[in-house]
Amino acid sequence: MPSEIPTPRLSDLEPGSLAVVVGFHGDLEPLKRLREMGLVNGTRVKFLRWAPLGDPLEIELRGYRLSLRKHDAEQIEVRPVSP
Amino acid sequence: MLPADFLPAMPTDEIEVAPEIETELATVALIGNPNSGKTTLFNALTGLRQKIANYPGVTVEKKIGVFMTQHGREARMIDLPGTYSLTPQSPDEAVTRDVLLGILPDTPRPDRVVCVVDAANLERNLYLASQVIELGLPTIIALNMFDLAQTNGDTIDVAELSRRIGVPVVPCSANTRAGLADLRIALSAPAGPVPEWKVPLPPLVDQSLEMIRTELPPNHHLSFAQIRAMLILLLSDERGDRLVVGLGWEHMLHRFRTSRASLLEKLPTWQEDAISARYTRIGEICDGVLHRGADAAGAKASFTDRVDAVLIHPVWGWLIFLTIMGLMFTSIFTLANYPMDGIKWLFAQAGDWVKTVIPPGDLQSLVSDGMIKGVGSVIVFLPQILVLFLFIGLLEDSGYMARAAFIMDRVMSGVGLHGKSFIPLLSSYACAIPGIMATRTIENPKDRLATIMVAPFMSCSARLPVYGLMIATLFPTDDVPAWQKAGLLMAMYALGTLTAFAFAWLFKRTILRGKPLPLVLELPPYRRPSLRTVLQGMLDRAKAFIRRAGTIILGLSILLWALAYYPKSGADKADDQLAQSFAGRMGKFIEPALIPLGMNWKIGIGLIGAQAAREVFVSTLGVVYSVGGGEAKAEVETDSVRKALLEDKWPDGRLVFTPLVCLTIMIYFVFSMQCIATLAVVRRETNTWRWPVFLFFYMTGFAYAASLVFYQVGTRLGY
Repeated sequence: MPSEIPTPRLSDLEPGSLAVVVGFHGDLEPLKRLREMGLVNGTRVKFLRWAPLGDPLEIELRGYRLSLRKHDAEQIEVRPVSP
Repeated sequence: MLPADFLPAMPTDEIEVAPEIETELATVALIGNPNSGKTTLFNALTGLRQKIANYPGVTVEKKIGVFMTQHGREARMIDLPGTYSLTPQSPDEAVTRDVLLGILPDTPRPDRVVCVVDAANLERNLYLASQVIELGLPTIIALNMFDLAQTNGDTIDVAELSRRIGVPVVPCSANTRAGLADLRIALSAPAGPVPEWKVPLPPLVDQSLEMIRTELPPNHHLSFAQIRAMLILLLSDERGDRLVVGLGWEHMLHRFRTSRASLLEKLPTWQEDAISARYTRIGEICDGVLHRGADAAGAKASFTDRVDAVLIHPVWGWLIFLTIMGLMFTSIFTLANYPMDGIKWLFAQAGDWVKTVIPPGDLQSLVSDGMIKGVGSVIVFLPQILVLFLFIGLLEDSGYMARAAFIMDRVMSGVGLHGKSFIPLLSSYACAIPGIMATRTIENPKDRLATIMVAPFMSCSARLPVYGLMIATLFPTDDVPAWQKAGLLMAMYALGTLTAFAFAWLFKRTILRGKPLPLVLELPPYRRPSLRTVLQGMLDRAKAFIRRAGTIILGLSILLWALAYYPKSGADKADDQLAQSFAGRMGKFIEPALIPLGMNWKIGIGLIGAQAAREVFVSTLGVVYSVGGGEAKAEVETDSVRKALLEDKWPDGRLVFTPLVCLTIMIYFVFSMQCIATLAVVRRETNTWRWPVFLFFYMTGFAYAASLVFYQVGTRLGY
């Protein structure tokens, strides 16, 4: 990936696309529970959908589904991967 | 008897000095992630031999059951609150950790732990399991929903998993009860050696832990790995001081505080690193043990996907959501009606029966009018609570509840609430009591408190008779189209709902402001709900309602009865007696405060009566206006009360019940806190009188102010 493009965030993904978590931004403490649930560096995630009103969003990781708000997903850096 | 030889020497003294009967039964703690089927397993193992209490000082339910080991011995099982991790984010999760550490005063440290692990969601469930195993209590992993994982095409090498983790792993399915015998056998067997596995940590953290460990009093019961695991938990929690004291290490408090601070300063990400390291370790354990069936996993995903494609669809999703909520709401009013009529009839029969056995006089009136009528007016809502929790149970167990929170989160987050606040608020349209009880699913204490504090604004079914009477009085003739009446009723519901949101917004910015916790909402796969789990949930709520509301309601019903009954005037007519009573005098006493609202002292008596329960307003007015020959009947017909109200005049000849006054009364009822049972439940749920007292004064104060402004502006405008 060209270095001048900022690292995409989890919230930038298109529904149906896959990515790998590569980092976290900002205050880590509130995101602790997400990490305890397995959203750590190197975890593969699949972006499933946005809620009908545009927030929150739904992802799949480690064989289960999780919903988080856009605001929090913006703190999570991902590297898109092809299926 | 289960081997207790491993029991670490923590709350030792009491146990050794005074072995009570309680401690002779081995205690097994049941722990697991939310949605792991833990409660279903608990119900399957203990059957109906359960009781619910509270942990001291917190409003967390303590569920204890008795079960039989395979050798026919009785043992106690504690169902610990579900959690994803032993680093707590809510009081419930803290209880789980504290029980495992053995620092809760009235709960012995468990002899054994059964950790429920969802076989279809192995990695994330092993996170908690690994934390539990590290603590060194003899642990058995119940690999639940094993059948489901197999259907999905996943294969799990159970023997190898057990070998790698170092504790027994028992495949089972709580839903079909398969594997439960194996679990009982495993619980009957003596505990094996404690596995010495530990999460790898950065050297700096290990150095800190080692420094603390060397200063701890020597303890031969605890292995190095166990102490290390405990220290990690103590250092990870900002409020860990309480734990240090609980473990009897208060002389080390300073050492813990400095270690915590210096770790955070030197290695701010140490906790995150520890989480990652644990997942790396879990990955190694699962590698070669868990084989996900690619094809079948795709099929499973596509089932939940196919359902979600409809249920979370931008158009169909809303339609179905509104339909389900509409169905639930309608059922609360229709389905519950028949048993409610039955309960009213029963209590009326009981009242009549009392009148035949107790001679007329104070005692008869106390029992029939005070106790039976008072308690009956609350118990009558039991069917609504059961219907509501039938729906909540079905929605929760099927997996739809999480989707409802997912759909509604955007709406709720606008006022600072949580998607999970939606169901409690909706439930409060039926009755605020089950609504407040349903807030327990909200993890964040401040979100939960905000939801509790605004839930009583949602117009409950006890307000309906009042709205009904006022609308009937407002439109005395029949030529008013029904949609106008319905529209006015809807407006009252909307007014309460909008006010609830406004106050939630206000509270979240003022007294309940706090660090916003991110929404972390698991969306479990859809499955057929377990009828047993749903029924057990209904039973639990019903018992809680009767016990919590019933006791305090009885006392206050007697008080309100006494206010209306004493002092006796000797008058034959009920309305004269009521006017002379303390309640009547209070009505006259507060009249100066009511006149600016357009209300007279008779309405004041109604308001005082309504303090017990809102619908009492109607029957109290019935008595005040001596409808039905002055007899206080349980069911006063709205029509006859309406006629009496319309004839009431001020001394100067003006009508009392003008349309403006009727509307003012309705507005007062939308906002006012007039339900003792709700206050009692808020007291139970918040564990302090502070919140119910605040709830009472802020709502009633707001109701008075709103009614005052409405009436005064209305009068100025010439209505």
